[in-house]
Amino acid sequence: METVKADVAIIGAGGAGLRAAIALAQADPKLRIALISKVYPMRSHTCAAEGGAAGVIKADDSLEHHFNDTVGGGDWLCDQDAVDYLVQEAPKELIQLEHWGCPWSREPNGSVAVRPFGGMKKQRTWFAADKSGFHILHTLFQTSLQFDSIQRFDEYYATELLVDEGRCAGLAAIEMRSGQMRRFDARAVIIAGGGAGRMFPFTTNGAIKTGDGMALAYRAGVPLKDMEFVQYHPTGLPSTGTLLTEACRGEGGVLLNKNGRRFLQDYGMGPETPLGKPVLKTMELGPRDRVSQAFWHEQRKGNAVPTQWGDAMLLDMRHLGEKKINERLPLVRDMSISYMGVDPVTDPVPVRPVVHYMMGGIHTDINAATPLPGLFAAGECACVSINGANRLGSNSLTELLVFGRRAALSAMAYAQSARPAGDAALAALGAAAQARVRELMQRSGGTETVAGLRKEMMHTMEQNAGIYRTHEGLTEACAKLADLRRRYRRIELHDKTNVYNTDLLQALELGSMLDCAEAVTQSALARKESRGAHQRLDFVERDDKNYLRHSLAVYHPEQAPRVDYKDVVITRSQPGVRDYSGGHE
Amino acid sequence: MGERTVELEVLRYNPETDKEPRFQRYSVKCREEWVVLDALNHVKETQDPTLSYRWSCHMAVCGSCGMMINREPKLACKTFVRNYEGVIRVEPLAHFPIERDLVTVIDDFMDKLKRVRPYIIPKQAKAVADGEYLQTPAELKKFKQYSMCINCMLCYAACPEYGLIPKYVGPAAIALAHRYNQDSRDGGRDQRQEEIAATEGAWECSFVGACSEVCPEHVDPAGAIQQVKIKSTVDWYTEHLMPWLKK
Repeated sequence: METVKADVAIIGAGGAGLRAAIALAQADPKLRIALISKVYPMRSHTCAAEGGAAGVIKADDSLEHHFNDTVGGGDWLCDQDAVDYLVQEAPKELIQLEHWGCPWSREPNGSVAVRPFGGMKKQRTWFAADKSGFHILHTLFQTSLQFDSIQRFDEYYATELLVDEGRCAGLAAIEMRSGQMRRFDARAVIIAGGGAGRMFPFTTNGAIKTGDGMALAYRAGVPLKDMEFVQYHPTGLPSTGTLLTEACRGEGGVLLNKNGRRFLQDYGMGPETPLGKPVLKTMELGPRDRVSQAFWHEQRKGNAVPTQWGDAMLLDMRHLGEKKINERLPLVRDMSISYMGVDPVTDPVPVRPVVHYMMGGIHTDINAATPLPGLFAAGECACVSINGANRLGSNSLTELLVFGRRAALSAMAYAQSARPAGDAALAALGAAAQARVRELMQRSGGTETVAGLRKEMMHTMEQNAGIYRTHEGLTEACAKLADLRRRYRRIELHDKTNVYNTDLLQALELGSMLDCAEAVTQSALARKESRGAHQRLDFVERDDKNYLRHSLAVYHPEQAPRVDYKDVVITRSQPGVRDYSGGHE
Repeated sequence: MGERTVELEVLRYNPETDKEPRFQRYSVKCREEWVVLDALNHVKETQDPTLSYRWSCHMAVCGSCGMMINREPKLACKTFVRNYEGVIRVEPLAHFPIERDLVTVIDDFMDKLKRVRPYIIPKQAKAVADGEYLQTPAELKKFKQYSMCINCMLCYAACPEYGLIPKYVGPAAIALAHRYNQDSRDGGRDQRQEEIAATEGAWECSFVGACSEVCPEHVDPAGAIQQVKIKSTVDWYTEHLMPWLKK
């Protein structure tokens, strides 16, 4: 098997992976860096982020405000030492991106402009119109091109981590172009593989977001933390799930029910604020979990707007005027017209909550290190945790920069002291990885298809693991997913050729999603309280006595995961009431 | 909105099993709001799992799903089936080798991107602790349009020069170099000139303008290329006729 030797191997070349690669290349030009991704870097889903990245920069703001917004927004499930690190590093990272050429939108005097965002007490979201993630990703990718020590392996799909004597020593990956297996021997590995929204049928996530990075770590014995916390973004287009950024509301857009009422005032986020004059941290600038939950209640009251794609609410931006919409929200206008046939300049746009982001992920500490020596993780696939039970919009782009860099520095320090694994051991691990893929490729007499199982998985997730959950629904989902995992072993591929085999790729991605989905539903079943994005109709209150703890789902190849718990790190903010009424301080 | 049956004629080529490309027909019941990508996904899920193509975001920002649709370079995620009558022919992007089916080999493009040095080469290095560079909205506007490229390569498929002379640096890469040249923070223009103002750079362009016509992000690479030509002409005159003006 062809083998690549690296000091640090990075799986995933989106925002976090690229940031890590650049940090490594800058820290030590002699490091051999292998950047491995199943897609070309600029296809990574970071490109779809629209609104912006949070970092304290203006005189009226403070790190303490950003800390408090994040911890309260996360319903006190964030690790507060990690949040401190995030808010303190955030402005440096955003300025660094500015130096690398990111076309941030500007104030008339040339300083960086910021915009309001949900759950944030001050304006601190740096943005590049409504294509912030796109510009961040391309700025990082283009910047990375000046470092010859970053060796890219585009369109390589990592199938497993190589773990030798309790340490992560590399990975095995399929080169899509040839279908051949490659072995990467590395002193340290960083996973930056993104989220897993595709386990749901209705999501803003691109096709590539199938939880592969999470599954790699999980199967290697690293727990997945807080997986029950799945963020619904309130405003997706009902036809395709395409995201309309929270900046629509930050700029002054409002949400209406079928009677034209700004219904958020009926769900603890009032009183109503003047039209076109958004007030921070209330009404339409409430946090995502609360806004999505309010829609669910409106729907049950019969106040939703019926569309051919199901119930919706209306996002009204007409009062912003054509000039502001074109300047600040050009992509939103373009997509509303293209995919819904509605021009936000003249009509309200139907929207509904849509699966957007995984707060949970690979269990890491504040240094981006996992419990498996040699393995680090950053970005959406990781759970540090700075997002707790509900992420605030514009903290994730910041997170992937801050912790992408952090992962690089930790991995470098580890790689310098780690002794390399033995060649014979790695060869055996690589051969075993190859045999597993070959078995799937060559299997005959299988009775299941990728598309069939995927559909059943998505259906059960939507039915039972959505905005509101119950014991019965989650029990059903857990049983269903256990069944699907069993049936997965009987999949047979239609395509048994080598070159760019997407039938094989989708089968492997389905395997990742099934494992992640089971971690979601088992963790959700075990958490008998309502907190942030995890809402139980049978346990409606937050229960700090029993559940002010992170869940840790531990993989088992045959059975359901075991769910353990770990205390939240609280340094100075004791759990309190999340107040998004206009009366908050 | 209703449904209608659409005939897709898709280029198929698997280097392991096919001597040469062929076309395969699929009948797909499409919803009114579907794009060509939705139709391809439907084929892959319900009719033919062997069909290979790239896609991800379904919102025209990841740049993966460029293909020829009725001989025009398009993003499959933004091309509505309702705008077509009769058979819709789907082929891989022109001017790139076929890896398999609708998947092309894009090594040449990736190499060219790197060669134009698409990153800030600062006029004056600045530490992060010293804060951001000031850049007025007017200065931002000078390059913003050229920073919108999603690397979908539709412009390369549309460009007759690139079809004839593969060494030509091409629209997206030249526009990207121009983007950095125009950035008030940058001082690297001289270093980029050897790539983009050379024979195989901007001067290869015969200004057909097809690149700008097909660009889904309105980057206007043709405009960027003409500006590069003008500036390098000024460079030439400055150097040869008025050397005392140089720097």
